[in-house]
Formats: sequence, C-alpha cells, structure tokens
Amino acid sequence: MAFTAPKETYSGKVYSVTIGTGDSAVTFGGENVLPFHAFEGITPSRPVIAVEIQDVAPADWPETVRKPYEAVSNDPVAWAKFCQDELKARAVALRLVGTHPDRENRSPEDAVRTVRDVLAAIRVPLIILGSNHAEKDSAVLIAVAEAAKDRNCIIGKAQEANYKTIAAAAMANNHKLIAMSELDINLSKQLNILISQMGFEKERIITDPMCSALGYGLEYTYSVMERIRLAALTQNDTTMQQPLLGDVGMYVWKVKETSAAEADLPHWGALEERGIAWEAETASALLIAGAELLIMRHPRAIRAVETLIDELV
Amino acid sequence: MLIIGEKLSIIAKRVREAMMKKDKGPIQEIAVRQWKEGSGIIDANIGPAEDGGEELMKWMVTTIQEVVPLPVCLDTTNASAIEAGLQVHNNEWGSPLINSTSNDPERFPILELAAKYKCRVIGLTVGKGGLPADAEERAGIAAEIMARAMEYGVPLEDIYLDPLVLQIATSQDHAAKVIDAIKMFQEMNDPAMKTVVGLSNISNGCPRHIRPILNKYYFLMLMNAGLTSAIADAHEMAEALKEKQLFDDVLAGKQIDDAEKMKEIKKTIEVIMGNTLYAHSYLEM
Repeated sequence: MAFTAPKETYSGKVYSVTIGTGDSAVTFGGENVLPFHAFEGITPSRPVIAVEIQDVAPADWPETVRKPYEAVSNDPVAWAKFCQDELKARAVALRLVGTHPDRENRSPEDAVRTVRDVLAAIRVPLIILGSNHAEKDSAVLIAVAEAAKDRNCIIGKAQEANYKTIAAAAMANNHKLIAMSELDINLSKQLNILISQMGFEKERIITDPMCSALGYGLEYTYSVMERIRLAALTQNDTTMQQPLLGDVGMYVWKVKETSAAEADLPHWGALEERGIAWEAETASALLIAGAELLIMRHPRAIRAVETLIDELV
Repeated sequence: MLIIGEKLSIIAKRVREAMMKKDKGPIQEIAVRQWKEGSGIIDANIGPAEDGGEELMKWMVTTIQEVVPLPVCLDTTNASAIEAGLQVHNNEWGSPLINSTSNDPERFPILELAAKYKCRVIGLTVGKGGLPADAEERAGIAAEIMARAMEYGVPLEDIYLDPLVLQIATSQDHAAKVIDAIKMFQEMNDPAMKTVVGLSNISNGCPRHIRPILNKYYFLMLMNAGLTSAIADAHEMAEALKEKQLFDDVLAGKQIDDAEKMKEIKKTIEVIMGNTLYAHSYLEM
C-alpha cells in the first residue's frame, strides 16, 4: 500500500492584507495553514520584509548596521530611495523615532514633512511607525496618517493606551493599522476586539504581539505568535486571523551580542557576522512561528532571510 | 455542596481594618450574612500572619462563632496560628477545616495538627517545584498527599483535595484541566475523595461585570464534575444554583427561552473549555 502523508486541515484562514498602491503594492497573509505548510492548503503570498529607516540619523545603531547606510542615512528621503532602488526592498518602514520627547522631540509637523517627502520619493509601500511613546504617538500618527491619505500605508503602533485616536486616524485615511500588545495572547485578542468595536475593519489590522531578540525572550514572542496562529486556524477565531508582525531590527540591534567588540569577547566571534546572524536568526524563528511581515535593518540579514523564504515556499 | 464563605479575607480592605482594630462589628456582620446566604463553613483568611497570628486567629474564631453556629476554616500559612485557632474552636457546630497542607515539606506539620485535633484539612495539589502542569500531575500530587495523611493518622474522609484554580485571563488552559482533576480525584478512593476549589480565582484579573458570570458557570461545571465544596461567595453560588437547570439545558444542546442568557452560558463554556481564546470582551464577540 502506498504511503499517504498525513495532512492537517484547518477551519480558519489568515486575512490577506495588501499595502501600497498600483504595481508596487504588496500582499501578505491569506494562508489557511501553518507557516510554509503549502502541502496542506493554500499559501498565496510570501512573507514580506520591510527595510527600516528612520527620520533622524541612526546614531544609536551599532556600527555594523549603520555602515551599509552611511552615505544616505542623514536624509530619510535618500535612505528610503536607497532601500527601494539599491536593496530592492518590497516595502520600507519609516520609524519616527526623532519625535520621542526624550530624543529630538520633533513635532508632528516635522514628521508630516518627512512622511510627505519620503512618500513622494518612493513607489513601494510605506509603514509609518511612531516613537513608541503612547501620548506623543497619538499626536504624531494622527498628523502623518492624514498626510499619507490614500497611499494605503500601515500606521502603528496602536496600543491599549492610545488605540482610539490612532485607529480613528488610520480609518479616516484608509490605512492599515498595527495593534501591539505586550506578549500576552489574551490582551492581543482584546485589543483587536476593541479596535474592531470602533468600526475599524478587523481585516485591516496587523497584530504585533511584541518582538524580542534571540537570547532576550524570543521564545515568548515565538510562543504567543504560534498560539495566535493556532487560534486563527484551528478555532477559526476571527479576532486572531490578522497577519503577524515581527519588528525584528529594533530589538536585535540593541542587544550586547550585536555590538560587543571582538577585542573584548574574542570567543563570541567576528562582530559583523555575529550581528547579522543574530538578526537573521531572530527573523527566521519568527517566520516559522507565523510572522507574515518583518521589519529588519541589515541588508545582509535581509538577504539571508529572503533566501530562506525562497527555499521554504 | 458545601460552600465555604470566602468574604472574611485579609485581602478585603474593610476586613483587614476590622482585624487590625479588633472591631467585631464588620466581622460578625459579614459572617452572619454568609451564613444566611448558605455558607456551611466560614473561611477566616488572616494571610501569612507572622506577627501576632495566634492572637488574631483566636479572636477571629471566637468572634465568628459568637454569632454563627458554623465551623471555621482556618486559612493561613502560620501553623501556630492555626493551632491557636483550633484550641478555641467550638466543635459543637462541626469540626474545623484547615486551609491548607500540600506536597511541600514545609506544609507537613499541618497534617500533624489535623491528626491531633481531629479536624478536616485541605490538600492543595502543589509541590515545592511550582504549579502542576495538568490534571495528571495534580492527581499524582494528590496521591502523595493522601499517603502522607495516612502516615500522619488523618483519615482520608477528612481530606479535601484542591486542584488549584488559576486565572482564566492568564492561564486559560488550566480551567479545563482543573475540571478533569476534580473527576480524577474522586476516583482515587472509595468512598470518593472530597474536593474543594478556591473558586473566585478563576475570574481574578477579569473585568468586574464578567466575574460573577465566570464564577457561576465554572462552579456549575465543577459541580457537574462532582465537586463537593467551594471556597466562594455564597450569594453568587446561590444565584448559580438557581440557574443550574438552564445551564444544564444549554449544556445538553437544548434551546432556552432567554436568548441572551443562552449566549452568555454558551460563550462562557467555550472559554472555560478552551475552545475559544479568552479575552476580556469574550461575551461581546
């Protein structure tokens, strides 16, 4: 008797989300199986990696990941174009970290200018992120959501403390929305419910269960993502069927392993390779856990993960 | 079903203040209310009570029994406070209950007290190494507690096995595991072992308006599994018992007239059984 491979079938399906406009629009999600289980069902879209840039020069990034952007990172517009044209990024993630009150404290108007200029310079979809300061993000993201009206961006991140204003801004200007909760599957579900109860379509939400780097709690993010995906597929839970975001770069490039000098820790191996591997490893783990959208920094780590995706799809 | 009235707990501000001031009024008022609402035992939770625990427990037991013809559940980790309470307890109203022993060696002296004073004791199925992972692990710990009780001379009919209810908001998968454990515990002896739960912990951390809903229906599910007693809000449990017929009808797949109530019961069962992921707004979905 011929061997038949056992197959799982699922009752649920991840929402398919398209961002951007025209020929450059990209779509992710849409599968009705666990990550890369194409043999069991449909996996219409490959995961998307957005390349991260920011509104101010990345003085706080470690040397390894600053270097590839040295020539362009003083200017968000040049930086965005570099990602699109040279790195062939399918999407760009602009983090408005300079608006944080403890950083440059740039105004919402400054942020609007940056967003307008970047949008004018690139065709690929843009993800617009605040500085992760709940109060300031409310003001900044309302302004930039309007400035980016109808460009079908992703706005984020809406959290328990500020989701009402940010979701309203994303809704009024036809954007998608990142809903972030802090490593708790029940709170993640709750936030998605609260946002959809405002009238925001649940099919336009991207769930961020909060990222963490390899060695710094990655297993928590992994487990929450995995359980979210299982709830989506096996329980057909419509509040958990949003694509998942892994905001990898910002968590990876602040851990010691990506910045400690080789001279101090020779047994840790070459610094540059170490940092790139750290980002690629973290991202790969989250892809396997269920992330459909990744935000990453180092071009070589991105290339490595794209190659992995090529091999898995 | 034996309800152990939970309201005299040091966690409640009014109770704590009355304990500190040794003000009998509020303690007796709450004790009487719980008795009238159907409690068969009154829990006296004085916390760890490291300083003056003996005096406090004595005062609680006599204060409660001055107005209520019921035994008291002596609820503290302080063994000498428990012994002080046992010495003044009026057994005319039934033998006292100790909360609790466990599989942690530090809690073994409690069994000595239970044997010495011939009283009942709760056996919490946790060991030294943290929380039990599932029903089987709870049953394993229960077996060890039972063996130790016999060794200390505590009859098994005086042991109330407690599977440890965890919060549904953070440990949803344990809700169903606890129900399984209640079933397993009963099979571990003939006549069946007695069981108890700290019921309200299921809804700890949940929004105020859904707490009674979770408490009531979880109670009814545990009751269907054979639970013999619960440390709970007697008023809430009386309400639950009034709804038991409706609940059992829904559970059996029957239609009931009150559509809202039916949805509430169904959704709560799904969440407790782990078929739907818990969120604070689960009833609204």
